[in-house]
Parts: sequence; structure tokens; C-alpha cells
Amino acid sequence: MLDPLVIATLQSVVASASPLIFAGIGETLTERVGIVNLSLDGTILLSAMAGFAAAYLGNSLLLGFFVAAVVGALVALVVALSSIVLKQDQVAIGFVLTLLCADLSSFIGLPYVRIPGPSVPYMPLGVLASIPVLGEVFFRQNLVVYASYVTVFLAWGWLSLTRPGLRLRSVGERPEAAFARGIAVNRLRYTYAAIGGALVGIAGASYSLSVKLGWSHRHTSGMGWIALAIVIFGGWSPFRVALGAYLFGALKSLGSILQPSYPNVPTQVFQAAPFALMVVALLVVGGGAAWVERYVPAKLQRGILALIGGSPPAALGKRFEQL
Amino acid sequence: MKRSGVTQLALMLSPVVVTLLFATLILLAAGANPLEAFGNILAGAFGSAKKWGDIAVVMVPLALCAAGMLVTFAAGLWNIGVEGQIVAGALAATWVALGVQGPPWLILPLTLLAGAAGGAVLGVVIGALRTWGRVNEIFAGLGMNFVMVALTNYLIFGPWRPPDGATMSGTEPFPLAARMPMIGSSRASLVSIGLAVAALFIVYFLLRDTHWGLRLKAIGLNSAAAARMGINTHREMIVAFVVCGLMAGIAGSLQTTAVYFRLIPQVSGGYGYLSQLVVLLSGLRAVAVPLIVFFFGAVQVGSPRLELRMQLDSSLGGILQASMVLFFFLIKGWRQRLADRKERNA
Repeated sequence: MLDPLVIATLQSVVASASPLIFAGIGETLTERVGIVNLSLDGTILLSAMAGFAAAYLGNSLLLGFFVAAVVGALVALVVALSSIVLKQDQVAIGFVLTLLCADLSSFIGLPYVRIPGPSVPYMPLGVLASIPVLGEVFFRQNLVVYASYVTVFLAWGWLSLTRPGLRLRSVGERPEAAFARGIAVNRLRYTYAAIGGALVGIAGASYSLSVKLGWSHRHTSGMGWIALAIVIFGGWSPFRVALGAYLFGALKSLGSILQPSYPNVPTQVFQAAPFALMVVALLVVGGGAAWVERYVPAKLQRGILALIGGSPPAALGKRFEQL
Repeated sequence: MKRSGVTQLALMLSPVVVTLLFATLILLAAGANPLEAFGNILAGAFGSAKKWGDIAVVMVPLALCAAGMLVTFAAGLWNIGVEGQIVAGALAATWVALGVQGPPWLILPLTLLAGAAGGAVLGVVIGALRTWGRVNEIFAGLGMNFVMVALTNYLIFGPWRPPDGATMSGTEPFPLAARMPMIGSSRASLVSIGLAVAALFIVYFLLRDTHWGLRLKAIGLNSAAAARMGINTHREMIVAFVVCGLMAGIAGSLQTTAVYFRLIPQVSGGYGYLSQLVVLLSGLRAVAVPLIVFFFGAVQVGSPRLELRMQLDSSLGGILQASMVLFFFLIKGWRQRLADRKERNA
């Protein structure tokens, strides 16, 4: 049997990773269809605020998540529309939206700062919750956390096993070929940008209504960038993205556990560590993978690259001229 | 077809008009009087002669960073790490200001040199991560920004803590020898303004008239083709980050020696991110930067008044700045679309 404290820590890791999973999976779907939605850091802030405000005003959690999803989808559609119809650079639009949504969240969210509001209730899952260790960690959570597991499996199944998933991928890899086979490239791009954006919005609401309750100025600042990095770290594959989210959550709580034991290490080191680790993680999947390809014997390469390799969808960020 | 001057001006101002409409909607949604809000921003920005100096104080770091980022953008690089490069410059300048004794004519140039060097060092780090590490420069830069903020806090609460205890207000004030002279009783410094103007001129000519500028643009347009033409793309990219770092570092140095006269935790003040917007709105043209930084500066100085007078959040200023860039892009795309359609029909 594991120490109850360890179980509690693992529970909090799994819970705190759930918004990152929603955002990471959402962005994975969007990028797999060929669109970069760089606005995540701002979108998560705005949808966290909007979700909290809606849940508070309407006294309904469901309304909160719905509004947050709509906000996320709308922002993503601005990116898609700017790119597909107006031929503007996705990265530029995404960056501008990051700042715009962050400021909008501060401005509109001012009346909701630090007021108590609704939160998603704890709900252990019957028999599953009594499985030693695994059940205790994964099934003594709330509905939002369970939904994050389902999202990972659904996204993986959709991408890898279904026909629409194949179309999605073909649009992100070879839009010309997909178009020639009768796939409405740009319509799919709008669709998955909106779905991915809605998941990013749900990530925002899962902060303000489940993981980091309430709303405050720049409530979730930085998390959108982490989610974007996790998508790259995860090689655009749902399970590895989820793994990245859990790794990040684990490293973060490791920091808060270790902090009291190392009073000599300044607290700022622990605060910046997640972002430094983000760079290190990208260094591993970027320069590290290139190094493996070059110096590691071919036999070993496949296994290592399955873990750290992965290249972006070939048409990522590129416009497709559909006549 | 040549357009009349009036049409040109109307087209140029259309993002401004749409931005004001957008802000009006936001204000109405927040239950505030839009005219009162805009009036307060204007009064906050131009209410007294002193305010012109305050606007200049904002314009200087924005112009310096925008100048630097024109270089990285020319090479097709998103240097989001410019915020961290400002901090690096501020840290290096503080190290000189607090550690070296001497007359102002020695200390002040030293703080500028140290600041430039600090920003440049971070440029090397970001450039190396981008080229050899294959880390997208957006994430490399962002990561460094957070690391630099943490380093600043560590220094303020650790080795550089004032003798009477560390606070969020920063290090102890700099000695007089490490403070730039101000224009009259304003908060603006002629040295700062001169350096910002010089940076824009230098970048303008570097990119327009030198072979190096041409090589950077070649990389920006198509780095694979540039490499085939024999351009050392990795080296040029790192140099671009370094040049940008020099200017951002000087901006950071001036934040300590000409604005706060100490190192404070938020020394970079978000100017790195804001100058990103400036450069995007300029269409990557140095000549457009002065007007844009003036507008951004006025909004920045004017909007805190919303908090004092109307209990609104001052982030309306940021909404105005960012939405103007968004509408600039959208209108540009829309006009292009109309022109394309006309051409196709002709």
C-alpha cells in the first residue's frame, strides 16, 4: 500500500493536468487539420472568465462550460477565417488574439474577481474508486477529470480508427490530394478549428470551475503556452499529449513538495521551473531527436523516436487555395 | 488607378474607426459610458504638459524593441524573447550601477554597454536553441522570459536586496552617477530619446542598404532557398537575435537608469509583447514605427485614469492596442480579397 500522502499527491497531479489535456487535445485536432491556433494563452483566460461568470450568473455549471466552449470556438474561428478567407498569417493573428483575449478577460472579468462561485462537485466512481492505487488516483475525482480521460481516448480513436479521422489527417498532411479526392478541405478546417477551440474553452472553464477555482487577474497565465508546447512534445499524438500533461503536472507538484525541504533554493526557481522545463522538453524532441537520427544505430532509433520523435503535419499553418 | 489623398487617409484610418466601434461595444457591455471612457483616456494622456514626457517614457522602449524586432522579423523569426532581453539588459545595467563607482560620464555609458551585452547574450541563447536545438523560437523566447523574471525576483530578494530589507519595490535606488539626466522637470531623458531614434535609423539603413540586410530578407522569404544560395542561415539567424538583443538590452538598461533609477520586479513592463504589436501594425516598416509608438504610448499613459475615475480596469488600453492590430490585418485581407475578385472579373 502506498502512503495516503502519495495517493493524494497523484490525485492532484491527475486533476490539475485535466485542463492541459483538454487544451492539448483540442490544439492537436486543430493542428492535425493544418491550422495553428496560437491564441491558447489568451483563449484559456477569456473562457475561464466567461465560464466562471456564466456559471455564477446562471447558477449552472453546465451553462458555464457551454459558454466557455463557445468562446473558445469563436476565437479559433477568427484564426481560421483570417487565414482561409482573408489570407493572413495564422501565427500573427494568433499572437494578437493572445494579447487581446487576455486584456478582454481582465477588463470584462473585473466584477468577478475573487468572488466565491460554483465548483464541479467531487464524485468517486463507485467500484472503480475502490481499486487500490490506480482507482484511488484516477477515479476519486470529479466529472471534468473523467471527461479528460474520455477526451484522450475519443481523440485517439477518431484520429486513428475512423474514416472522418483519416480525412482530417489527410487535410493536414496533403490538402491538394485530399481535395482531389473530393474532401472539402476548408470546411473541415473550420470544423476542427471550432471543435479544437471549444476544447480549449472547456480547458479554461475547468480551471475556473474545477482546478483553480474562481477568477482573478491573469488567472491561468502561462498555461496556454504550456499546452502549446505539450502538443509539440506529444508529437501531435493524443496519448503522448496526455502523457506530457501528466508529466508537467507531476513536475509541478514535485516542485511544491520539494520546496519546503530546500529552503536555500529561492522560490523563484520553482516558479520559473515549469517554463524552463518546457524549453528542455522541446529541446529533447527537437535537437534530441535530430541527434538520435544522426548518431544512434538504426536498430535502436525506432523505439526512441516513437517516444520523442514526431513531425508536425506537413501542411501545418499553410493556406490551401480552394477554387 | 491612383487613389486620391482623402481615400488613402480614410483607408489608413479604417482600423482606428473599427477599433473604436469595438471598444464602444465592450464598454457598453460593461455598463460604462464609452464617451466618458475615451475622454478619460485622452485627458489622462494629454491633460498636462508633463504628460508628454510620460508618453516619451513609454515610446522609448517600444521604439527600441520595435527596431530590434524589425531585424528578427526580416529574417522571418518571431522573437517573443524580446521581453526577456529587456530584463537581461536591465540586470546587466543594475550590476554596473550598483557595483561600479565613478563619475557619470563613465558609469552611464558602461550601463548602456552592459545592457546591450546582456540583451545580446540572451539573443545568443535563443538563437542557439532555435538553430542547433531545433526549438521553435516562440517557445525558446517565452521560456527565457519566464526565467529572466524569476532571476530578477531572485536578485531583488537575494544578493541585491537593500540593506533595510527586500520589498517588491526593488533594489535600493541607484547612485546619482548612474542616473540619466532628464529634460527639465519631465520624466523623459534626451539620451533615451536619442538612442531610440538612432536605433530606428540604423535598422532602416541596415535592412535597406546592406548586403547583410538582403541576406536576412532572403532567409525570411525562404530559408531553404537562402541556404542553397550559400547563406549561412544559422549564423545569420543568431546574429539577428543578437542585434535585436542589443537594442532590447539598451531599452532595459534605460528602464533602470532613466525611468525607475533602480531595478524593479516588473522592469520590462510588458513592452516586449507590446512592441511585437507595434511591428506587426507597422507592416515591418521602420518609418511607420514612430507614429504607432506615439499612439501606443498615449493609450498606455491615458488608460490608468479609467481605474481612478470610472472603476474600470486599465486593460481597456491593451484592448485598444491589440484589437487595432487585429482589425488592421482583417481589413488588409478584406481589401486584398476585393481587389483579387475585381481582377478575376475583369
